[in-house]
Amino acid sequence: MAKHEFGYFAREGVSNMFSHGFMSFAAVGITVACLLIMGTFTLVAVNANELLRDLEQENEIVAYVDDSYTDAQSKALQKKLEAVPNVVSVTYISKEQATADFAAEYSDEELFQDLDPEIFEDRYALKIGNLNQISQTVQQVTAIEGISDVAAHEEIAGGFITVRNVATVVCVALIVILFVVSVFIISNTIKLTTFDRREEIAIMRMVGATNGFIRWPFVYEGFMMGLLGAVIAFFSQWGLYAAVTRGVSNNDTLQLIRVIPFQELWVPVAVVFAAAGILIGVGGSLSAIRKFLQV
Amino acid sequence: MIRLKDVEMEYENGTKAIRGISLSIEDGEFVFLVGPSGSGKSTIIKLLIGEVEPCRGRIMINGFSVSNISEKQIPLMRRTLGVIFQDFRLIEKKTVYDNLSFVMRAVGASPKEIKKRIPYVLHLVGLEKKAGNYPTELSGGEQQRVAIARALVNNPNTIIADEPTGNLDPERSLELMSLLVKINQLGTTVVVVTHEKDLVDRFGKRVITIDSGHVVNDSVGGYVGGCIHG
Repeated sequence: MAKHEFGYFAREGVSNMFSHGFMSFAAVGITVACLLIMGTFTLVAVNANELLRDLEQENEIVAYVDDSYTDAQSKALQKKLEAVPNVVSVTYISKEQATADFAAEYSDEELFQDLDPEIFEDRYALKIGNLNQISQTVQQVTAIEGISDVAAHEEIAGGFITVRNVATVVCVALIVILFVVSVFIISNTIKLTTFDRREEIAIMRMVGATNGFIRWPFVYEGFMMGLLGAVIAFFSQWGLYAAVTRGVSNNDTLQLIRVIPFQELWVPVAVVFAAAGILIGVGGSLSAIRKFLQV
Repeated sequence: MIRLKDVEMEYENGTKAIRGISLSIEDGEFVFLVGPSGSGKSTIIKLLIGEVEPCRGRIMINGFSVSNISEKQIPLMRRTLGVIFQDFRLIEKKTVYDNLSFVMRAVGASPKEIKKRIPYVLHLVGLEKKAGNYPTELSGGEQQRVAIARALVNNPNTIIADEPTGNLDPERSLELMSLLVKINQLGTTVVVVTHEKDLVDRFGKRVITIDSGHVVNDSVGGYVGGCIHG
C-alpha cells in the first residue's frame, strides 16, 4: 500500500466514524463493556489461580504415626509416604522436635514451655503437588499401615479450586458471548456506514476500484473503534482493579488475600485488550462490508 | 473495441432482455444505441460494464472477455470504461474536485497525478471555475458535465453514457452531446444510449436500434425507432 493511500484510508476511516457519531459511540461503548466484563472475570480467575498456587506451595498435610510404633518403625514409613503419588516432599518430625516446635510457636505461653514429648506423636509433614487431588492423596496416606491420622485443610483448598473453576468457566463463556455480541454490534454500525455510502461504493466499483480499496476505509474504521474501545476499557479496568485492591486491603476479613498488583499485570492486560478490541473491530467491519463487495 | 457475439440475457424472473445480439464497435467510433423502453438497452449497458453476466454468447470489451472474466479482472476492465448516468450519480457531500479526485484515488492515482489531471478535465468540460462547488450548487447541465468529467478523469478507452440527456432541457442536451462528440474527436470511443430522436438525427452518427432484445437496425444517419430495417 502506497503512503498516500494509507493516509487516505485513515482519513476516510476517521470521517466514517464521526459521520455516524452516535452509532460509533454505541459500538465503542459496547466494546468497552465487553472487554471490561471479560477482563474482570479473567483477572478474578488469574488471582484465584495465583492464590491457589500460593496455597499449593504452602499447603502441607501432616500424617501422624501410630503411638505403638518405635522410632525405627516410624522412620521406616518415610519410603512408603514418598511413594504416594502427588506427594512432593516428606519431612520426618519426631515427637521431641514437635514439642520444641510447639513451644517455639507459643513462646509467650509459659504453660506450653515444658511439655512432656510423650503427649505428642511422631509425624511427617508432606508437601503435595496438585491441590486438586488433595482428597485422594489424604486417602492414600491414611491407608498406609502405621499412620494413625492425617490433618489437611481440604475445605480451604476446595474453596479456592471452586472459585478458580467457576471463574474460568464463566470467563470462557463470557468471552465467547461478549465477543460475538461486540462483533455483531460493530458490524451493524459499519453496515449503517456502508448503507449510507452505498452510492459512493457503487461509483468506486464502477470506475474500477478493487475490493481492497473499497474495504480499507471500513477496516480502518473498525480498527479505530476497536482500539479506542480497548484503550478506554484498559484504563477503566485499571481504575476498577485499583479500587478492588484497595477494598480488599482495607477489609479486615479479606486482607489475608494477596491481590496481584496491577503493575505486574498491565502488559498482558493491555496486549489482550488491544488484540481483542482490534479483532472485534476489524472482524465486525469485514463482516459488514462483505455483501457490498459482491461484484 | 466492443464485440458482442450471439449474446442472450435472461433475468432470474424469466424476462428475456437480450435475444441473440451480435454487434461490433471499433475504437474511436461514436455510436448511438437507441430503442423504446424495455427494448434491452439498459441490459446491454449492464452487460458492458460487467454488472450482469450473459446467459449465452461472448462479449469482448477493450481486450477483456466479459463472458468469462475473473473477479480480479473486473476492476481492470472497468478502468477502461467511463460511465455516465441519467441521474448523474454525484456524491453530494463532496465538492466537484473531490468527486473527481476520489475516482482517481480509487484506481491508485497519486496526489500529484490527481492535481495535474483534474484541472485539465474540468477545463475540457468547461467547469474549471466550479471545482470548489458542491453538486447541489450546480444546474442540471453542469452536474451532468461533472459526471462526464468523472467518466473521463481516469482516461478510459470508452465512454458509455446511459440516457445522459434524460434530465436536461433541449438546449443543455445539445450542449452535452456536442461535448461528447468533442471527447470522441480526441480519440475516445463513445456509446450513447438514448431515445431522443431529434438529438440522434442532428449528429448523423452510427445508430444501433434495439427492440425486444434484438438489433433491428444498424446504420449511419438517423433514428429508426422500433421499425425493422435491413
